[in-house]
Amino acid sequence: MMNRKLIGGIGATVASLAVSTAAWAQAAGPIKASDAAFAAAQAGMVNKGDTTWMLICSALVLMMSIPGLALFYGGLVRAKNMLSVCMQVFMIVSVAGLMWACIGYSMAFTSGGSPLPAVFGGLSKAFLMGVDGTTLGATFSNNVYLPELSFVVFQMTFAMITPALIVGAFAERVKFSALMVFVVLWSIVVYYPMAHMVWYWAGPDYLVDAPTDYGLLWGWGALDFAGGTVVHINAGIAGLVGCLVIGKRTGYPKEPMPPHSLVMTMIGASLLWVGWFGFNAGSNLEANGVTAVAFINTMLATCAAAVSWSLVEHFHHGKASMLGAATGAVAGLVAITPAAGYGAPMTSIVLGFVVSPVCYLFVAKVKNALGYDDSLDVFGVHCIGGIIGAIATGIVAAPSLGGQGVFDYTQFPAAFDASTYSISTQVITQIKAVLFTLVYSGVLSAVLYFIIDKTMGLRPSVEDENVGLDISSHGERAYNM
Amino acid sequence: MKFIIAIIKPFKLDEVREALGAIGVAGMTVSEVKGFGRQKGQTEIYRGAEYSTNMLPKVKIEVAAPDDLAPKIVETIQQVASTEAIGDGKIFVLDLASAVRIRTGEAGDTAL
Repeated sequence: MMNRKLIGGIGATVASLAVSTAAWAQAAGPIKASDAAFAAAQAGMVNKGDTTWMLICSALVLMMSIPGLALFYGGLVRAKNMLSVCMQVFMIVSVAGLMWACIGYSMAFTSGGSPLPAVFGGLSKAFLMGVDGTTLGATFSNNVYLPELSFVVFQMTFAMITPALIVGAFAERVKFSALMVFVVLWSIVVYYPMAHMVWYWAGPDYLVDAPTDYGLLWGWGALDFAGGTVVHINAGIAGLVGCLVIGKRTGYPKEPMPPHSLVMTMIGASLLWVGWFGFNAGSNLEANGVTAVAFINTMLATCAAAVSWSLVEHFHHGKASMLGAATGAVAGLVAITPAAGYGAPMTSIVLGFVVSPVCYLFVAKVKNALGYDDSLDVFGVHCIGGIIGAIATGIVAAPSLGGQGVFDYTQFPAAFDASTYSISTQVITQIKAVLFTLVYSGVLSAVLYFIIDKTMGLRPSVEDENVGLDISSHGERAYNM
Repeated sequence: MKFIIAIIKPFKLDEVREALGAIGVAGMTVSEVKGFGRQKGQTEIYRGAEYSTNMLPKVKIEVAAPDDLAPKIVETIQQVASTEAIGDGKIFVLDLASAVRIRTGEAGDTAL
């Protein structure tokens, strides 16, 4: 089976801190969770380097949202809506963090007590019940554990940024209160189940004794290292549906709506790039060689995508723009996300070169041809880039192309056999996962938008929209000069 | 007294200010403005969305001057601000009825 993010769902709690690391060290090999010596040895399986790395990565991913994403999006809107975008991102981060601790973590990363354990988890860890400084979460390696709270907060930052990505699709024309209600419902109905289906499994020491304890897509064998399906396709399709339900900005596309500060967009894109190392390399859950693989792949794919977007613009318009380079970098980051820990540096460069022209086609041509107003191209960059990355993951993961392949966690200890990897089988699995995500998130997001639109209304009045959401929704303006 | 308004290309401002200082102009007011004339606008492209902007950024200089200095000012601005390309701007000269220095209450040429 495949490796991915995980937590030891069943037995991650350490019974006692009275640990016998010596007994563990003397053991001939890794200890199965069902072995008598396991509970006593488990607390000694936590590494200070891993723990440090994961806490730093959590802070890096938070920086992606605030100020990274807020500035990236904020620079792209007109000055009268700058603060509305910043505030939407800031408040989504805050609300999503609270929700993650209350029910999100339990719904995503447990399976016990759920009526549909393949789709969403139970409430056994609601309000972080039973989770404290002594409980542990699994990694991808046998007998390597993290303090569970470090995994909780790392995953929390993903639950924060994913709904924040959506707001770009209907920026400049959404009612703040309705958006916040949407984010609460969307997290419960869409994000937690998606995270559960793709990333939940029992863990490398437990799966062998609980061979069906995993989420639906994980069970299919879908590979998503850091969130191509869960984060980018998921948010991207929710954004597209949202901009269709809410409708175009008043005046679009006749009135010019140029970005008000591409300097801020550049700063935001750069903060996203830096923070993304926490997102992608952190998703390995340990600080080891594969972490370095994910790190350099993230770097190179992004460089390649920034270059290829600039080249496309150069040949199409004769001028390479800063906005284009920043957009290309984000497209590269999105595309490498599911593949980060699976690919190799050179295949990551190819992936980066490929993703930008396709995303460019969507934001510059398809959007105008179809006439939808995805204000900041959440669909064109995140969903399309995510789809390319998710499918390409099946190719670049192949050991024959220098990829990391996949581990078989149904054996103990986990086994690796490069010869069993089939690119065609894996690509088909990846396509299935992409289609599932598009349908699951697209349909349920549409239902939520519809309900909120019919009850409280998603759009501010045309007058409020014309004045600008900074003044009409928040009573302040970004720039007083 | 004359009131001289010159609309020039923004990057010519420093040269014009220095040249006017050299011929004895003691003060001026400068603002960033937008407008259009015979010069065509420019095209901006954001992720493939093309906007043609017909309002171009210019700098407006306002100078109040005694009658005898005014022709020299106009001539200096015209020469220094010129790039001989379309879009160099315009100079307008108005009759100025009065001027008062707020600090002292002086009026007329001595207020300038």
